[in-house]
Amino acid sequence: MTRHTVLVLLFASVLLAGCARRQPPVATPTPPPPAGAPPAAATPAPPPPAVRVEEALPLPPEPVAEDAIANRSLDDLNRDSPFKPVFFALDSAELDEPGRAVATANAQLLRKYPAWVITVEGHCDERGTAEYNLALGERRAVAVKTYLASLGVSPDRIRTVSYGKEFPFDPGHDEAAWTRNRRAHFVITSK
Amino acid sequence: MTMRQVVWALAAAAGSVLGAQEPAPQQPSEVAVVISGDPGTPPRYAVPDFISLTPDAAGLAKTVGQVLWDDLAFEREFYLIPRDTYATIPVARSPDQVPFAAWRELGSDAVVFGTIARTGNDVRVEVRLFNIRTRQSVFSKEYTGSANNPRLYAHTIADEIHQQQRALRGVARTKIAFSSDRNRERMVGTVENRDVKEIYIADYDGANARRITTSRQLNLTPVWSPDARAIAYTSYRRGYPDLFVALIYQGVQEEPTRGGTQNWLPMFSPDGTRIVFTSSRDGNPELYLMNRDGTGLRRLTTHPAIDTSPTWSPTGTQIAFTSDRAGTPQIYIVGADGLNLRRLTTAESYADRPTWSPAPFNEIAFAARTGPGYDIKVYDLATGATRQITFGEGSNESPTYAPNGRHLAFTSTRTGRSQIFTLGRDGRGLRQVTRDGNNNTPAWSN
Repeated sequence: MTRHTVLVLLFASVLLAGCARRQPPVATPTPPPPAGAPPAAATPAPPPPAVRVEEALPLPPEPVAEDAIANRSLDDLNRDSPFKPVFFALDSAELDEPGRAVATANAQLLRKYPAWVITVEGHCDERGTAEYNLALGERRAVAVKTYLASLGVSPDRIRTVSYGKEFPFDPGHDEAAWTRNRRAHFVITSK
Repeated sequence: MTMRQVVWALAAAAGSVLGAQEPAPQQPSEVAVVISGDPGTPPRYAVPDFISLTPDAAGLAKTVGQVLWDDLAFEREFYLIPRDTYATIPVARSPDQVPFAAWRELGSDAVVFGTIARTGNDVRVEVRLFNIRTRQSVFSKEYTGSANNPRLYAHTIADEIHQQQRALRGVARTKIAFSSDRNRERMVGTVENRDVKEIYIADYDGANARRITTSRQLNLTPVWSPDARAIAYTSYRRGYPDLFVALIYQGVQEEPTRGGTQNWLPMFSPDGTRIVFTSSRDGNPELYLMNRDGTGLRRLTTHPAIDTSPTWSPTGTQIAFTSDRAGTPQIYIVGADGLNLRRLTTAESYADRPTWSPAPFNEIAFAARTGPGYDIKVYDLATGATRQITFGEGSNESPTYAPNGRHLAFTSTRTGRSQIFTLGRDGRGLRQVTRDGNNNTPAWSN
């Protein structure tokens, strides 16, 4: 639902509520017609009192959670990305079980925002060579793209690029850093 | 014919070429004569400062002497007597003042005497190489040119002395291209805080570094055209890796693959007419060949595994590359026609970036995983034997051969950040080439 539609509906409901409030509140239901009563056409009954229409509760605030994402700039979105990275084992470009779960969640996000186009960046840790890692990162990015496509995301919305070991997320030289740096990183490139 | 006889014959040939270029009558003492050392030892060379004939050339004279000493030491054909021991030797102002007895006392077999005179921005350099024993000049030459880069005179003299005395193609005038973040620029318009890497070239000793790309993007894996006038490299300026060829002396950029597909790791064929590279255009990293202008594209490998890091044999008939088709990255060789594929490395857990040596050596250097990092190893194609030339000091990657095959440049983290080093093919003579920023993927020019 676009922001515009929300505003129109909101305005309409305010109008409706305003009109209803002109009548005093009467909750009396229309009594059932007495048995054996003459046809209504013979003696027209007085018009039934208007039923007051009112929200059961005050209007909820406009939902902001989704739009907080949709309205943010690409830079802001990517700085605190709604997409989680997919991590890989050493020298591997295969999605393991946790990796598939993350990719599935990311696919749901892509279905929710069908205008978004993303780039999947393949990254490697420093334990591979600079040259080979360019190819390994490409394999990681393509593996994620293939999996997203298998979940119904159009391949046209997914670009891939490998950065090898050029842009480590963690500058450290230990297992924890390497684990963080072997990843497919999602970047929203247009929306 | 023994190696020594070959050296003599080639030296004589080089001497006659020089004679042909200089029609002036040749002094008998100027005939190329190889200076030898004591039996079984390399000749001992002394290279003092050049003599400044004009007051404004003193700095140039010192530079030429120091750089020439370094250049002559680099090939390890001579023993270079340390310059700080020359203090007691009287300074000769002209060739006939060279104090032969004093140099002999210092143990030298050869001494360089040079002068440099400056007129405005022009210099005139004269150099002689004396045989201390015979007191004869065996090499004499004059050079003129700009005062902007005095190191070039030293490099030229060193190459000519190596040619005349050792029939050896020196590499003092070659250059090394590499990728560096030394400008500390950040990427423009990026969502991440990432460093720019640009392509640089520097003299073989690291001096005169110059940036040749300004795309403020990731620029990697430069390689030289055989004529050393163009550099092909991988650039992310389109947002993904693609190939560019910079004609560095014309300021012109060629785009042989023209975008739309992802291409990286170019390598010129030895005749400069073709480029082999890695591309994922068909969905998976494979090797492709094309003419330098991008025409005549041909796929070289077809395998669901990764095929990458190609290098040409010196004859241009074979290509060595890396593939993980056996489960781990290993070095393979395939004909340039795509036939006769064979695996080279079998004892490595991980091998990448093969680099084929120039003739007369017939070997392939590569980076091998030897622990947490990599070391440079060399595979001898004649014997099938592998030797290791770095030993776990930092991680050592991306070997590239000097055009005479006697040295390799590579990337090492032994001093902390990633820097370019050069090393003899025997594992001796380590020199650090870069010191500023992180420097990667070197390529040595012809």
